[in-house]
This record gives sequence, C-alpha cells and structure tokens, in this order.
Amino acid sequence: MNTEIIGVVFMFGLTLLLAIPFGRYIAKVYKGEKTLLDFFTPLENAFFRISGINAQREMNWKESMVALLTINLVWFLFAMFVLMVQGWLPMNPDGNPSMTADLAFNTAISFMVNCNLQHYSGETGVTYLSQLICLMFLQFVSAATGLAAAAILFNALKERTTDKLGNFYNYFMKSLTRILLPLSIVVAIIFLFNGMPMTFEGKDTITSMQGDTVQVSTGPVAAFVPIKHLGTNGGGFFGTNSAHPFENPNYFTGIVEMVAQFIVPLAMVFALGFYLNKRKFSWMIFGVMTIGFLCLAIPNMIMEQHGNPAIAHMGVDMSSGAMEGKEVRFGTPASAYWSILTTVISTGSVNSFHDSFMPLSGMNQMLAMMVNGFYGGCGVGLLNFFIFIIIAVFISGLMVGRTPEFLGKKVEAREVKIAVIVTLMSAILIKGGMAIAAYWITADPSLPWLNNPGFHGFSEMLYEFTSANANNGSGFEGLGDNNPFWNISTGIVLILGRFIPIIGPIAIAGILAGKKYIPESAGTLKTDTLTFGVMIFAVIFIVTALSYFPALALGPIAEFFSMH
Amino acid sequence: MKSHIFPAIKMTLISIFFFAGVYTLVVWGFGQIIAPNDGKGEVVNYTTAGGAAAYGYANIGQNFSMDQYFWSRPSAVGYNAAGSGASNKGPSNEEYLAQVQSRIDTFLVHNPTIKKSDIPVEMVTASGSGLDPHISPKGALVQVSRIAAIRNVPEEKISALITQHTEHPLFGIFGPSQINVLKINIALDQLK
Repeated sequence: MNTEIIGVVFMFGLTLLLAIPFGRYIAKVYKGEKTLLDFFTPLENAFFRISGINAQREMNWKESMVALLTINLVWFLFAMFVLMVQGWLPMNPDGNPSMTADLAFNTAISFMVNCNLQHYSGETGVTYLSQLICLMFLQFVSAATGLAAAAILFNALKERTTDKLGNFYNYFMKSLTRILLPLSIVVAIIFLFNGMPMTFEGKDTITSMQGDTVQVSTGPVAAFVPIKHLGTNGGGFFGTNSAHPFENPNYFTGIVEMVAQFIVPLAMVFALGFYLNKRKFSWMIFGVMTIGFLCLAIPNMIMEQHGNPAIAHMGVDMSSGAMEGKEVRFGTPASAYWSILTTVISTGSVNSFHDSFMPLSGMNQMLAMMVNGFYGGCGVGLLNFFIFIIIAVFISGLMVGRTPEFLGKKVEAREVKIAVIVTLMSAILIKGGMAIAAYWITADPSLPWLNNPGFHGFSEMLYEFTSANANNGSGFEGLGDNNPFWNISTGIVLILGRFIPIIGPIAIAGILAGKKYIPESAGTLKTDTLTFGVMIFAVIFIVTALSYFPALALGPIAEFFSMH
Repeated sequence: MKSHIFPAIKMTLISIFFFAGVYTLVVWGFGQIIAPNDGKGEVVNYTTAGGAAAYGYANIGQNFSMDQYFWSRPSAVGYNAAGSGASNKGPSNEEYLAQVQSRIDTFLVHNPTIKKSDIPVEMVTASGSGLDPHISPKGALVQVSRIAAIRNVPEEKISALITQHTEHPLFGIFGPSQINVLKINIALDQLK
C-alpha cells in the first residue's frame, strides 16, 4: 500500500476511534448527566435569563418546532439585512460591496439551513464582519439546530409514553457550549500552529519572484474553518474553500479537517445507542451507513487514481491520477475520499473541484447527496436515516404480516405517510428544479450558466439542485449561479430541503412517543439485526438510487459512455 | 409563535456576541501567541528576477514560467491570490483537452531532452485553488536538465537540491511527497 492510501485508512480509523467515546459524551450531555464541561452551566443560565427563557420547561414536539422555526426566521432576517448593507459597515478593509437582494437571499438562507451553497466568492463577495457575525455565527447555530432536533428525536424514542420531549432551547444551547464551541477552539489552535492566518488586516500586496505584483487575500480564517467543518457547514472563507492553501495549509490540517467534519455525525450514531441503551442498534446503523459510504468512496478513489482516459491518450505520466482541480499536497486518494465524505455528510466543503472529477465519480457524489443519510449532516443525518428506518419497519411488517413496531411503538398509517412525503419531497425538489432549469437553458442557450458543454453541463445543473436539497453546499462550481434564477430557485429548494426533513421525522417521533408502549415479545420485529440492516439498505437503494437513475443516466452516465 | 419571538431575538443577539465575538477574539488571542508571523501566515524573503528585495507567502503559490526557475503548476486564475479559483472543466470538454495538449507541447518545447511520458500529469493540469504552492518530486526532476543547461550548473547539483527540498509524507507514512516551488526556487538562486 502506498502512503496516500494509508493516509486515508488512517483518517477513517482515527475518526471512528474518537467518535465512540465522543458519542458517549454527547449522550450524557443530552441526558443532562454530569460531564467535564459543567463549568459552562452558569454561562448557559445567564444566556437563558437574559433571553427570558425557562430552559427547564418541557415542550411537546409541535412547540419545539415552533421555537426552532421562529429563531431560524430571526437569523434569516438578520443575516439578509447585514449582507445587503455590509459595504457600509466596518471591518471591510478590502472595500467589498454589499450583496444584491437575490444573492443576499440565497446566502442568508444557505447558511441558515446549514448548507453553505456559495454563489459569491469569499475574497470579493463578503466583508470580515459578514464572515463573522453572519456566516460564522450561522455555522454555529445552524449546526446546533440540527443537533437539538436530533436530541428531541433521542428523547422521543425512550421506552415510555409521553408528549413532553425536553426543551428545544436547552438542547440548542448545550449543543453549542458543550459540543461545538470546545471542539472549535481545540481545532482552531491546531490550525494556528500550522500557519493558518488569523488577522483582521486586509489584502497584502507582494511582488512575486518573477516580478509580478500580486495581491494576497487573508483574514480571520483560523476562527472560521473549525466550525465550518465541525458543524458540517462547509462554506469556505475563500472562494476555493479547503483547496486554498491558507484555508488548508498541509496534509496534517487536511486530516484534521476531515476528522472534524466527520466526527459529530458519526458520534451522533453512537450517542443514540448510549442514550437509549441500545448499542447494538447503533452498530447496525453504523454498519449500513459505512457500507453505503464505502460503496461510493472506494470506486471514486479507484477512478480518480486511474485518471482521465482522454489525457492518458496524450501520452503523459498518469501515475498521480486525475489532477485537474486537485492539489499536490493532498494527492488524488485523499481528494477522492474527501469528495465522498463531504457529500455523504452534507458538509460540502471541498479540497478539490468536483466539476473536474471523472463522470462516474461525479455521479457517486450526487448519489451520496441524494441519499443524504449515510452519516448525514450534524443531527439531521440521523433524522433522515430515521425516515428510512420507518419505511423499512413498515415494509418488513407487511412482508411478515404483522403490525409494524419500532422500539415498542406501533408504526401506523399516519407515520408512514409522513415518511413517504419526506422521501418523495426530495425527488420532487431535485427533479422538478432540474426540469425547469433544463427547459430554461434549452429555450435560451445564450444564458451564461454552463461551463461545460453536453452531458457534463446537464450534470452541473443536476448537481446544484441535488446539493441544495441535501443542504450540502458543494457544487460543480463551473455553473454560473450568481443570477436571480439560481439564487431564488435554489433558495426555495434549500428551505424546503431543510425544514421538511426536520419537521417530518420529529413529527413521527412525537406521535410515536405519545403511543402506548408495548414491551418486546417473541413476535416483535428485531431492529438491531443484520437482516434489518439489509432491509434498510434495500429501502435506501430503491427509494433513492433507483428513483434518480433516469436523471443520472442523462448526465454522468451518458458522459461516461461518450468517453469510452 | 408570538411567545417565542422575543426570546428568539434576545437569544440571537447574545449568541452573536458570544459565538461570533468572544470566540473570535479568543482564537485571535491564541494566534498572537502561537501562530507564525502574528497570525498573518509564514513569510519568506527573496530577490526577484529583476534583482529587487521582496517577500512572499510560503503557502501561496506563485506563477513560475521563466526557464531558469522550477515551473509551478498551471493555474486557472493566473496565481491571482485575491481571487482563487479552479478551471472547473469537465473531463470530456474538448476545449479543455485541447488546452492540456497545448500545455504538453509547450512543456516539450522548453524541455527538449525529456520524453512525453516523463511529464507528470499534474504539470499540465490546473490545481484546485489556482494557488497550489507545490509540485511533486517527479514534476521537479523532469525540469532538471533545462534548469541545469540555462544556469550552467551540473545536473547533479540540481537533483541534490530536489532531494533536499522534498517534503516527505507526514510521519513518513501518510500522504504524498511534495516540493514547495517558491522555496526551492529561492534555494536555486542561492546555488553557487
């Protein structure tokens, strides 16, 4: 094995090793048990007191969702306002302008929903003030929103009958102070040691060795990048995200950034097991997710290492793989691994440019986002996976002719209907948006949208809607997307793609929690077994992979065959 | 909703103060102590081709296209460090493939002693950031004979410089080997 493959195996192993104890810790935090970080309690209490919130009062699922949506609305209005007037505000040494209304709409939504689709470039599109109080702030709180929603799910799955599911604000604040903030500071310190900039000065002007005058953008990068990954946000400080040498200076920071974006989603899977005292159930979920992840990541690493056949044909040395859009310090295997990691877990940060990946690698990135539940984003990944579990429970129940049950609660028509609506909504948003875009560009081919002709151009548009719906935020960045059509259409997809998959699972969980608890018996469907794992995998394959096959056939698959 | 709106606003304001304000200052404070160059990024000094004293950032790649230097990788943005960017060209794009072909041809014109199959693919494809500070050891070795000829230095000396400047995989086992182009070119100028 070469050092690049060993590097990737190490990153995966290290994350898993850290995620298990961290999952135990997260379970303790949400249960309200004693932890090492209890010195934050007075601070949290001060926050609650100033805000006039009683964090002890338990809410039912509907009230939690109202609280969640209300505070998200406040964030959106605040962020959109700041982005539209940022040019006149302080901390703008580079003199960057305010955003247009449609771009501010898209950007504010995109960061609020934990997506970080960026239709601007960090160097020229935002000020330091906006980076910090809009974008970085939203990176903290949007991740905490997802985690709080997952905590409500945990609470609802306990073996009892209730409609009281904890306090949203309490879960939200603890996600911030006990999970995201301490980790961010640790990661920031590692980055500072590795030379990531942390300055409020503007662009520096240097003379290159060849005598060219070059301006170098900089900024408070080392504060921004930790939460960008820990919160599975993914929005870059600079235009080229974690491919930029200031945002990801070396292979070591590359490892840290990959572990950082992976750790919370993975730890949440184990936290579920510790919280409910059903560790085997966690391992079943982990198994399904990991097999799905590897089925996408391994082929990508092989295809990228193989390189572009059209360039191989020209007769150069292809041993480093498909290097277009990739950086030498990461190399092909780590770049291909990152490209799937960032798409399975809704981060959307990139260390290499997905538009230039081989056609089927691009397809795997899209499939990762279409499923959006192999690990998935901070908290929300587990919510998405919960939907697949409900459908699998229902189908299994039908197959054996029993009333479907999950963790001692009957799963009935209403819950399954919600689950199906959530699943179908993704397909409608992605393919519906795609249909409109394809019609538009066909009617007026002069639109400056596509950076590549033919099938690949189709993939650029499909990727954008897939990324928006999955709240991922990566892109086939060649797409000319800073215009009203893309800003508004993806903005709408972003909101629906965020809140339906939060409200739906929480509603199901809330309804289940209110039902009578039936103790396990010989007739109960076991959900922590290999058989059930296979069942979930089959459900995921059928409801996502197959339903997107026609669209993928027109883009990446067609491009693949045109090249071979 | 009404009962949640004022708590939400107050919670938002205080979270901004703490998570965007206090947190940022804490990280900045650490930066002043532990980061190189007060958190502005590592700087290296050099003499430009024109003979002037200047400095650049070790992590920010520069455009090297003169024959006396090790070339850096192609960049989609011409090494514009105030507007990083990738080409975002798809693998089957004809126009892009023609561009790669012409880079290969240019490389061969400037390095007449090498075979086409010696050119590593990263030397004719653009990086992700457009600011890639590195090339691979292979990408450096393939330029040795050109640089030796134009600088009138024995090839062994240049090869030795490459060995000396190769940054090995992390802890010897993780990741690729690489060479910082700016640093090796500074060393090249200092070669007696």
